[in-house]
Amino acid sequence: MPADLANSDLRGGGRKGGVHCEPPALVLTADAMSVRAALGKFVAQLEDHGLGLEELGSVELVVAEALNNIVEHAYGPSGSGDIQLWWTLGHRGLHVRIADNGKPMPEGRAPLIHDSCARDYAAQVPEGGFGWFLITGLARNIVYRRERGMNVLTFRIVVGESRGAAAAIGRG
Amino acid sequence: MKIAAREAQGSLLVHVDEARIDAAVAIRFKDRMRDLTAAHAGRVVLDLGGVEFIDSSGLGAIVTAMKQLPEGATLELAALMPNVDRVFRLTRMDTVFRIHASADTALRDHAC
Repeated sequence: MPADLANSDLRGGGRKGGVHCEPPALVLTADAMSVRAALGKFVAQLEDHGLGLEELGSVELVVAEALNNIVEHAYGPSGSGDIQLWWTLGHRGLHVRIADNGKPMPEGRAPLIHDSCARDYAAQVPEGGFGWFLITGLARNIVYRRERGMNVLTFRIVVGESRGAAAAIGRG
Repeated sequence: MKIAAREAQGSLLVHVDEARIDAAVAIRFKDRMRDLTAAHAGRVVLDLGGVEFIDSSGLGAIVTAMKQLPEGATLELAALMPNVDRVFRLTRMDTVFRIHASADTALRDHAC
């Protein structure tokens, strides 16, 4: 186990909490085609860090849903602006932080879905609303807050092989 | 949006020649599917063998494609790649659609 875990983490820009002291790993314009391009870059950034194909698939999906949600709801069809993304790969998985200048989430809360009602969720919302269902199914420690007028969403995705990658760096 | 359809053994086989069905193309996908399937009353098999990634918008578009089919028509899926298959399983949409291992299997099963 490395003496200082923070130093062993692989960073894709910034810290997972607190002040934005490093530039984001990705900055994109909030529209669907830019999201697509940004996901390509994001996956390319992660590909060298030992994540499996299935893990990369989960990570891409969760981040896609989070970014689409910002495009469609925080900015909406009439709004425009940027989205910033930071990521950190550590011994507990991939930590992602996404910030935007759009409208706050309804009631200032992320629409978290509890397991008890998840069973019926797909049946209830057959044509949309799958996005948060996928995010809550694949990500952990999902936190949404307003920070200096911005929406900030942070979450963690457990990626088993990332533990090995972080430990290898720690030993080195 | 590259999607092509052809009649095969009484079914309409629709092949999606796009790597992604995502928020960027969801509306075009729905429109294209509506045009392709409007005159078909039987079974439609959507061959997703070339699709590597699907998000919730793409999934919603496929559900809409099913709902907008003419009366009596059905939508079945074929050749889901791992990331696409996982989205269907996570949302339990794998229980809504009949899913075939490949387009060939889909046509053969129907012929039997």
